[in-house]
Amino acid sequence: MAEVNTDSGGGGGKHAKKRAKKSSTKIDMTPMVDLAFLLLTFFVLTSTFSKPKMMEISYPAKPKDKSENMKVNNALTFIMSDDNALYYYYGEFYPEANPAGKPPTKLERTDFSDEGLHKLLLDYNKPTIEAIKKLKDQYERAEIADTTFKRLAIKEQGKKEALTVLVKADDKATYKNVIDLIDELNICNIGKYAVVDMMPQELSLVNAANNK
Amino acid sequence: MAKIKMPKSNPSLDMTPMVDLAFLLVTFFMLTATSRVNEPVVVDTPSSVSDKLLPENVMLISIDEKGRAFYNINNSEVRIGTLDRMGAQYKIQFTDEEKKRFSGMTSIGVPMSQLKEYINMDNDKQALVKSPGIPHDSLDNQLKDWIMFGRIEAATQATQEKAKAEELGRDFKYEPLRFAIKADGKTNYIAVKDIIQIFTDMDIYRFNLITSLEDGSTKE
Repeated sequence: MAEVNTDSGGGGGKHAKKRAKKSSTKIDMTPMVDLAFLLLTFFVLTSTFSKPKMMEISYPAKPKDKSENMKVNNALTFIMSDDNALYYYYGEFYPEANPAGKPPTKLERTDFSDEGLHKLLLDYNKPTIEAIKKLKDQYERAEIADTTFKRLAIKEQGKKEALTVLVKADDKATYKNVIDLIDELNICNIGKYAVVDMMPQELSLVNAANNK
Repeated sequence: MAKIKMPKSNPSLDMTPMVDLAFLLVTFFMLTATSRVNEPVVVDTPSSVSDKLLPENVMLISIDEKGRAFYNINNSEVRIGTLDRMGAQYKIQFTDEEKKRFSGMTSIGVPMSQLKEYINMDNDKQALVKSPGIPHDSLDNQLKDWIMFGRIEAATQATQEKAKAEELGRDFKYEPLRFAIKADGKTNYIAVKDIIQIFTDMDIYRFNLITSLEDGSTKE
């Protein structure tokens, strides 16, 4: 197979005279190449290209005092249920016959499509999105640095007037729905969101809506 | 008529550049390859637009479609330490051989009572075992112990390494242990919530939810 000529005068394969056994200086590389390609194929097929991506999320700490109700200001509440159902209401929750005398909260139904959830979030979060867009324009015109842009955008998302979103899911909702929703919140520049537990009154409303 | 003499060319062609390239690629793939590990469970993660990469130092809880929980720590030193602590807690002795085997394993999804047996199995057999998942209900919350001991062990080892680095006068970059949750898209959210509840009970509120990257352009 691999024959290496030891004396220096090689070459001239065809026209070499028969009497001296002059073999070529070239090594047959075929087996090595075969092996190289075999290994190449193996590594190409077994290597995992992408490291998994991840989404960072912080859950709210448990309130020390259960009875203390969180004041919600400019909040949108999403409730997910069976069969990709998605309900929402805006503002605080008022049960039937509440002491404040407000009309009881009604659940609106929407879906995960662009026309549903995406549009809804854009509408509710308009001031923030516009402010961020303005910043982005400035950034693209190179008036501000990218770190400044990021900082200001986060500041804009964290403003008091910015939309807060509460994410709630009942027993039948799937994990995919929750991730989809949070993902959409990230896309729509909503900085303040939390995944929280449902209130019993809300659950009964959702059940009623599901059975409709 | 004069015959046109065709130059006699050598039919064999020079393969050297090709071989060079092939070896270059082999070397590249060998060095970059992180071989796919055999997970005991297939988890089909939902997609998101997030493009952050998973940090190195991570404790991973996988949750499959049926809500079974699997536990993994990717630092093998911490794994061994955690197994030690778990063994002490559940009064199970692990030999050095078993610890070594355990450090090379991936996610585990068997309760403590079956763990010794599971570790001693052949790799092929392990793949066939149907893992029942780590129990995490209020009566028998082994997952909680796994998480707790893993966290303690990671912190202990980080402190030790820091002391060692200081002794030698080297820089030490502390990378905190992160908590990742990898759940199947079809899992009921309630199953994920139970796991998150275990974490929040221990005052851990920050999670990395593992998702696959959504293809297509981002919506504007």
